Amino acid sequence: MQNMLTVIANAFKAGAKINGSRVMVSARSFADFTPQASFDIKRCDLHRLDEGPSVQTVLTREDGLKYYRTMQTMRRMELKADQLYKQKIIRGFCHLYDGQEACAVGIEAGINPTDHVITAYRAHGYTYTRGVPVKEIMAELTGRRGGVAKGKGGSMHMYATNFYGGNGIVGAQVPLGAGVALACQYQGKNEVCVTLYGDGAANQGQIFESFNMAALWKLPCIFICENNKYGMGTSVERASASTDYYKRGDYIPGIRVDGMDVLGVREATRFAADYCRSGKGPILMELQTYRYHGHSMSDPGVSYRTREEIQEVRSKSDPISMLKDRMISNNMASVEEIKDIDAEIRKEIEEAAQFATSDPEPPLEDLCNHIFYNDAPLEVRGTNPWTRLKSMS
Amino acid sequence: MAAPRLFLRTLGVKSSLTGLTGGVHGSLGFTLLKLSPGCTAKPTAQRRHAAHFTYHPDPVPTQYGPTQKMNLFQSVTSALDNILASDPTAVIFGEDVAFGGVFRCTVGLRDKYGKDRVFNTPLCEQGIVGFGIGAAAAGATAIAEIQFADYIYPAFDQIVNEAAKYRYRSGNLFDCGKLTIRSPWGCVGHGSLYHSQSPEAFFAHCPGIKIVVPRGPVQAKGLLLSCIEDKNPCIFFEPKILYRAAVEQVPTEAYHIPLSQAEVLQEGSDLTLVAWGTQVHVMREVAAMAQEKLGVSCELIDLQTILPWDTETVCKSVVKTGRLLISHEAPVTGGFAAEISSTVQEECFLNLEAPISRVCGYDTPFPHIFEPFYIPDKWKCFEAVKRMINY
Repeated sequence: MQNMLTVIANAFKAGAKINGSRVMVSARSFADFTPQASFDIKRCDLHRLDEGPSVQTVLTREDGLKYYRTMQTMRRMELKADQLYKQKIIRGFCHLYDGQEACAVGIEAGINPTDHVITAYRAHGYTYTRGVPVKEIMAELTGRRGGVAKGKGGSMHMYATNFYGGNGIVGAQVPLGAGVALACQYQGKNEVCVTLYGDGAANQGQIFESFNMAALWKLPCIFICENNKYGMGTSVERASASTDYYKRGDYIPGIRVDGMDVLGVREATRFAADYCRSGKGPILMELQTYRYHGHSMSDPGVSYRTREEIQEVRSKSDPISMLKDRMISNNMASVEEIKDIDAEIRKEIEEAAQFATSDPEPPLEDLCNHIFYNDAPLEVRGTNPWTRLKSMS
Repeated sequence: MAAPRLFLRTLGVKSSLTGLTGGVHGSLGFTLLKLSPGCTAKPTAQRRHAAHFTYHPDPVPTQYGPTQKMNLFQSVTSALDNILASDPTAVIFGEDVAFGGVFRCTVGLRDKYGKDRVFNTPLCEQGIVGFGIGAAAAGATAIAEIQFADYIYPAFDQIVNEAAKYRYRSGNLFDCGKLTIRSPWGCVGHGSLYHSQSPEAFFAHCPGIKIVVPRGPVQAKGLLLSCIEDKNPCIFFEPKILYRAAVEQVPTEAYHIPLSQAEVLQEGSDLTLVAWGTQVHVMREVAAMAQEKLGVSCELIDLQTILPWDTETVCKSVVKTGRLLISHEAPVTGGFAAEISSTVQEECFLNLEAPISRVCGYDTPFPHIFEPFYIPDKWKCFEAVKRMINY
C-alpha cells in the first residue's frame, strides 16, 4: 500500500508537468478530485463577427494544474529577475511580465507548438511558454553563455523554436509576424502566426501596413494587442484617439477578451486560430490585461497610476489567484497540492538564479560572431586599424 | 554628482582580461583582442566601478552673464525655457515630454508654458518627425524629441527625404528650417543594442540637415539654441551618459555658440585628436597620458557640428602637427571618421607624417555584455597614438 502510494504520488508530480498524461488513479487524498469542470467565460466584444468564442469551456484537472504551474513559474521568475536586477546582477533593461501571465499561457494553450509566435520586448513569459527552461532565460538576463541567445541578446532578445523574439523597436515585430504568416500560408502546413504588440505600439504606422497586407492576402495571422492600459507611462486615453484596439483593424474582424482569465484567453485563441486556419484571413484580438511592475525596472510604476489601482487589480483579477480559486472551489485541486507546486517552483527558480549568477560569460571571441553568415572566417575591423578580429559565424 | 555607474561583472571578465594581456593568436594568424604589453592595462581596478572616462568641466564662461550650476539635462531644460519664453511660436513635443521626459530634459516646461506648447505624442517616430516638418513649414518653431537615437530610424525617411530636401525641391518657396530634433545619443554603460547607438553617420550622408553633438552643458545650451535659431532642420544629439555626469556653470540667459565651428580645446604640436560628444573627454585623458608617458603634445579638437563640419580648423591643425587621430563610438566602417580622414588626406597629404588613425567601435551591433570591450576607450586610443608617433 505504501509503495503504491509513493508511486502514485511520484507519477502525479510528474504527470502535472507532462502534457497529456492521465494520472487519475484513486489514492488516499486524490480520490475526491473532480477530473474536469465546466466554467463560464465572459462574453467577448466583437467587431465584424457574428459569433465569438464560446462562453463556456471545460477545464480538466491536469490542464488546470499545468496552467497554474506555468503561470506561477512565470510569476516567480519575474519576481526573481526583479530581485536580481536590484542586486545589479542583471543590468541593462528588464521589462517584467507579472500580472499578464494569463495572456501567454492562454495563448499557448490555444495554439499548437508548431504554430509561430512573435512579440515585443516584454518577452520573458512567452520565451517560457514556448519551451525555454527558466535556467536559460535567467542566464540570458544576466548575459551568460548558458543563456538562450548565448548571452548576446539580454532581456529583450530571447528566441526559441517557432518563437521569433524578443524585439526592441516598438511595432517593428508586426510586419515580421505578417511575413511569418505568409510563410505559413505558402508552406501549406496549416500553421498560424500569433503576432503580439502593445497598446503603445498600436499607434505605429507599420501596424496598419501589416493589417493591410494581411487582409489583402488573407494571411493566417492572429494580431494580438496586449492592452495593459499604459504605454510606458502614458495611459491609453492620452495616447490613442480610439482605445477600442480590437476595432483598429477596421476591415479585419476583432474580439476583445478579458486577458486576466486564462480560460477566456484560451477559448478566444482557439477561436482565432480556427478562424485563421480555415483560410478566412487575419483576425485581431485585444487582451485587456495589467502589469504590476512599471514599464521596466527603472520605472517605479506609481507615478502615473495609484498604488490603490495596482492593489485592486491584484486582489480582484490576479490571473493566478483566479485560476487557483476556481480549481479549489470546484474540488479540482487541494490547497496542499498547490502549496507543493509552489514550493517546487520556488526551488526551481532558486536553482535557475544560482545557475544564472554563476555561469561564465560568453567568451570574448563571441563579440564578432554571428554578424554575417560566413563560410570562411570574416575579418572584422576593430577599434584600431591594426586590430582585426575573427568572426567565426 | 552621480558618476555613471558602469560595472563590469566580476570574475568572468577578470579572467578573460588577464588572458588577453598575454596575447592570444588565432589559428589563422589574426590577433584576437590583444592588448600590447607596453600598454599598462589595469583592467579590474580601473574599470570595475568606473566610467570609461572622467568628465572634465569647461571653465566658467564669463561673457554670457550670470551662471548657475547645471548638469546636461538641466542645461537643455534651460535652453528650452529660454526659447519658449522668447519665441511665442515655439512648441516642444515627443514621447513623454509632458511630465519632463525620460531624461528630465523638459521638467517644468509644461506647467510654465501650457499644455498647448509642450505636449506628448503617441508612440510614432515617423509621425513625430513628419508632424514636426509640417509644423515648421507652417511657421512654428518645432522642437521634436525622439526618445532614443536608436528609435530614429522609422523617421529616417521623413528626415532625409522630406525635411532635408524641402527647400531644395521647392526652389526656396518652402522650408522646414524651424525644425529641430533632439535625441539622446551614445553609449551609456548598460544600454546594449537599442539604447546606445550613435547614428550621426547615417545622417551625415544627407545634404540639407545639420547635425550637432555637444560635449557638455555649456556647449549643449549654446549649440541647442543655435540649432533652434538656425534656418535649417537640425538634429541635436545629446550624449545620454553625460546627462547627470556632466556638471558645469552654465549661463542662465540665452546665448549662442556658432554652428559648423570646431573648437580647439587644447593646443599641441605633435598630434591632432578629433572627437565629439562623450569621446572628447576620453581624448582629454589620452592627451594627458600622451604628454606624461611619451612627451607628445596633442592638439584636441571637439568637432561639435558633424554636418557641415569645420574642415578648415581640422586641416589647419593637421598641417601644424602632421598626425591625426579620430575617434567615435559608432562602428568604424562608414563612420564619420572615414569622411574626416578622406578629406584631410586630400587637403593635407604632404603634411602627413603618419597614416590617419581611426579608433572607433567594432563593426558589430552594439553589444549587450561586451560593451567595455567594444567602446574605443583611452587605452586603445593611446595605443594608436604610440603607433603614430613611432611610425
